[in-house]
Amino acid sequence: MCGTCGCGDPELVPVEVQERILSGNERTAKHNREHFEERGLLAINLMGSPGAGKTAVLEATARAARHRRFAAVAGDLETHRDAERLARAGIPSVPITTGQACHLDAELVHRALHDLPLADVDTLFIENVGNLVCPAVYDLGEAASVVALSVTEGEDKPLKYPVMFRKAELVLLTKIDLLPHLDVNMAALMDALERVMPEPQMILLSAKTGRGMAEWLAWLDQRRPANVRAACALEAGT
Amino acid sequence: MHEYSIIAALVDKVEAIARERKAVAVRRLLVRIGELSGVEPELLATAYTTFRVQTICEDAEMTILPVAARWMCSGCRRGIQRGEILRCAACGAPGKLAEGDEIILERVEMEVA
Repeated sequence: MCGTCGCGDPELVPVEVQERILSGNERTAKHNREHFEERGLLAINLMGSPGAGKTAVLEATARAARHRRFAAVAGDLETHRDAERLARAGIPSVPITTGQACHLDAELVHRALHDLPLADVDTLFIENVGNLVCPAVYDLGEAASVVALSVTEGEDKPLKYPVMFRKAELVLLTKIDLLPHLDVNMAALMDALERVMPEPQMILLSAKTGRGMAEWLAWLDQRRPANVRAACALEAGT
Repeated sequence: MHEYSIIAALVDKVEAIARERKAVAVRRLLVRIGELSGVEPELLATAYTTFRVQTICEDAEMTILPVAARWMCSGCRRGIQRGEILRCAACGAPGKLAEGDEIILERVEMEVA
């Protein structure tokens, strides 16, 4: 290095990158999405707080629609309990234990897919790690994101966790069999959703009584054709 | 705290760019983080401080440019104020996020021998 004029010094070069930091995850998510669409399979990313009733909703869904061919991957920090519960309910399931990670990513889901009989499946539920924050950041390749929000969580949850609700296409308001015991202000909840979701949709559901299940199954079916259309377009190379 | 996995992805990306350009050191990173991206700038900065040790980013300062959420009508493009109902008061079309969900590596400043 030259002390006089700086010749031979390393040169400071600015590189304009302008790339999404999670582009690696997004590539894998796209790959997953192609897998799903090729098979005409509807993939749902089910998110929500721990204890919101995600697993119970899926158990009830299996009970209510025996003709459907469901499969699931279930993410938790520890234990295979949710996947075991789902398997008992008749949904072939693969557990993903994330250790310390607070969310699923596209790679974790992709690895789990290899252990599922996808050819025999029309709907794949990806039960995310119970958390209203981190899972919203990661695209998994799903056709739609659904948030389970239980009636005991409070009307203002959407305002407190806008990122997750913005990502969701549908909110499942769970445990509505508890409504007679609570003072839930439904108008306030809907108002909160309208301030974070551009097109809020909500289904009131009870996994216990089965109320709302028909509407939820209809929503899934109505979500399905678009997915199959996308698969056809993909095959046609358009 | 997913900020750690975001920093891991960021460092991987910077390492790839530095290798490609044959950089001897990385001096500065500029990232853009949207208010509705789900990434907390302060937590991201903390995660970076911990995670950059013994990586190419060890001596690189990271600057975070926060981007405020901006909603507009998906039909007539009229602005929708934050906290308002996300439906256009004029034409009734749903709102659309114009900016504020980015998690972007904007620029890297590196030393090239």
